[in-house]
Amino acid sequence: MKVAFKIFFLSAFIASIFALSGCGNNGGSKSGALTSSAANRVFIPPGEHDEFYAFMSGGFSGQLAVHGLPSGRLFKVIPVFSVDAEKAYGFNEETKPMLNTSYGFIPWDDSHHPDISQTNGELDGRWIFINANNTPRIARISLETFETEEIIEIPNSAGNHSSSFITENTEYVVAGTRFSVPVPQRDMPISEYKGNFKGALSFISVDKDHGDMEIAFQIMMPGFDYDLSHPGRGKSHGWFFFTTYNTEEASTLLEVNASQNDKDFIAAVNWKKAEEYIKAGKFKTMKANYAHNVYDEDTHTATSTMKKSVKVLDPAELPGLVYFLPTPKSPHGCDVDPSGEYIVGNGKLAASLTVHSFTKMQKAIKEEKFDGDAYGIPILNFDAINAGTVMQPGLGPLHTEFDANGYAYTTFFISSEVVKWQLGTWKVIDRKPTYYSVGHLMIPGGNSRKPFGKYLVALNKITKDRYLPTGPEVCHSAQLYDITGDKMELLLDFPTIGEPHYAAGAPASLIAPNSKKIYRLEDNKHPYVAKSEKETKVVRKGKDVHVYMTMIRSHFAPDNIEGIKVGDRVYFHVTNLEQDYDVPHGISIIGANTSELLIMPGQTETFVWEPKQVGVWPFYCTDFCSALHQEMQGYVRVSPKSSNIKLSWSLDGE
Amino acid sequence: MIRKMIIIFTACLFLFACNSGGEEQPSNSSNNLEDNTPKGQASVVDNVSAKNILQVAMGSDDHTTLVAAVEAAEIEHVLVNAGPLTVFAPTNAAFDALPEGTVASLLEPENKEKLAFILTNHAAPGSFNIESLKKESKKGRKIYTAAGEYLEVVVEGKDVTVGGAKVLGTIQTSNGIINVVDNVILPTEK
Repeated sequence: MKVAFKIFFLSAFIASIFALSGCGNNGGSKSGALTSSAANRVFIPPGEHDEFYAFMSGGFSGQLAVHGLPSGRLFKVIPVFSVDAEKAYGFNEETKPMLNTSYGFIPWDDSHHPDISQTNGELDGRWIFINANNTPRIARISLETFETEEIIEIPNSAGNHSSSFITENTEYVVAGTRFSVPVPQRDMPISEYKGNFKGALSFISVDKDHGDMEIAFQIMMPGFDYDLSHPGRGKSHGWFFFTTYNTEEASTLLEVNASQNDKDFIAAVNWKKAEEYIKAGKFKTMKANYAHNVYDEDTHTATSTMKKSVKVLDPAELPGLVYFLPTPKSPHGCDVDPSGEYIVGNGKLAASLTVHSFTKMQKAIKEEKFDGDAYGIPILNFDAINAGTVMQPGLGPLHTEFDANGYAYTTFFISSEVVKWQLGTWKVIDRKPTYYSVGHLMIPGGNSRKPFGKYLVALNKITKDRYLPTGPEVCHSAQLYDITGDKMELLLDFPTIGEPHYAAGAPASLIAPNSKKIYRLEDNKHPYVAKSEKETKVVRKGKDVHVYMTMIRSHFAPDNIEGIKVGDRVYFHVTNLEQDYDVPHGISIIGANTSELLIMPGQTETFVWEPKQVGVWPFYCTDFCSALHQEMQGYVRVSPKSSNIKLSWSLDGE
Repeated sequence: MIRKMIIIFTACLFLFACNSGGEEQPSNSSNNLEDNTPKGQASVVDNVSAKNILQVAMGSDDHTTLVAAVEAAEIEHVLVNAGPLTVFAPTNAAFDALPEGTVASLLEPENKEKLAFILTNHAAPGSFNIESLKKESKKGRKIYTAAGEYLEVVVEGKDVTVGGAKVLGTIQTSNGIINVVDNVILPTEK
């Protein structure tokens, strides 16, 4: 075998040399890799795998979609902030607590910015984080199970937009406030916004081993809109940068009133300093009320706990904690290059791109080159910190990502294009149109110390004529560019779910080997598990009836149940006994006022059925599981309230 | 097999090395899709799930003839799919007990169909472990095989026979049941 493989590789090697040197018309070409038809370069032959994972935010769907690159194929939609009837997320008893908040159960949110966990500034592929914009929350998703494991609500925040970006060792996942609000919330005139509203920047610590999140502290900032953020890395590790707009502090007609100032700010937060202040006790403990929801893989069940306080730091009173970097015209994206030296402010109403230098910023702080302050926070002198300006690159810059070769790629919403430019020379190298109106863009690892600069995905807001029309509502599109050459090349566009607001990508080799295949039945600690057909039973507790049920190809145990009465609350606790990859089973019963269950091998899930009518009601397996799937069914007999039918259950008459 | 793949792979590179663009280097497998997964699901690598019927049979020293026959008949995919399936697996000794030359003849390529029929007659949709087989006997139900035949289950004392073959043991697998039997079940003459 080994010898055979050596021969194989040797032959391939010799053949490759032949292929490269044999036909001399490919010598000096620098255009995108080995060019061939775009179709060939995105085609993944049947049975083969994509090179990259792309985790695309579902935007207003509230979810996170998993695609492959370069094919663009959709593999999974991970439910995060919205219920998903297909997967019973938010419908079964086990996952309902995941969507609990201080406002009660919320079935929807708007998911925005996924970010993959990092170690030493490089993607480590353990978790992916994403923020809920509307009711501020941060979720952590396991990249072993591809399931949402934890959701934490952010108090004192609103419009959780400059989130959920992580520091280079995943010390923190950071969440900033877009819509400043009274803190604490209170009844007051909206017109008194200025000077009274606050914007909280939250630093949520992440447990090194298990990922558990906890709000470490909040920095209570002036009432601006904190739009986007990114961590410092390398030399700027320990800092976090947030763009702001509406430094005018307008509360109405922001499209005019928040565009008055020539420059807004990038807030540079020294979070190492914040840690020192916390340690020194320089914080205030504020009363709060926010949900912390955790899904336990062993019990297959989530719990929701209400947290009651948060530590708050006041930057006006704590020198060295925050500085403002003046940045022209309502900057949107805030992006830091792989070296950590350059901080790019994408001023969405500016004609040029502003780049700040971390080294100059440090010097300016040291030399106190301040142009006054805003609410006690020093404003650094623009010229003292400016590294350079990319002149007239396009209209409406929004976001920038980086490759590993010193190039940056910026999206321009208004002029619908991606522009490649060079760090240091600030020269525009190439520009390519997008179809249409691009928002974010994503290069796998493009916001880390180690970008994988092979592909760029443009995440577009407008679709128009790209696909077959589907009535007034059409899907949003993503477009894939090859960026290995001097010139970018458009290879593919593909549809996405919801709004592909932002995305994070990683080499498949970092994640695929850890992907879980089954849950071990012996590790199942669900309180209502039945680990074999012998353990199945039906137990009545007053009006509550608990069915301990199992499923295996191709039957339920039990599959005949009698003695249920109208007015009962029947809990079906169903365990999938399979220990075989990709053999889930589903279940639902006629008239159930909830979704199906879709249960993975070794897992237990529960749905509640409240029978309203006398009769004999069938249930069945909802996921085509086997050759005898159509036979996987059963009956529940429902008798009148007054009946004396004894509770009984059976399989094949036994 | 691997040698064959090398030849194809190398040939592909040569064929495409100097096409019109002179730059194209397509993935080898895009050009021979059918060779990608010759055994279909049977070639899926999965070290985590419980073993399926084929994997269990391949790991058994007592079933080398059966496995060789399954491979010769090219019906591996039947034993790895979602099932559920019950296989009555004759031991090597059971095959040895057939008239001399029978096995060798069945393994001849021209007898592939006949061999496949005999083997699929040892497989039944459903999960029948020894307890289920006893129940089938008690209830007078026969086992319907994948070859379309009906096998009678007889219980005599401690012995359970299916189509005349005695069950020596039952193994639960990820996609069904293996009942090891002491005889090859030959189809009824039609």
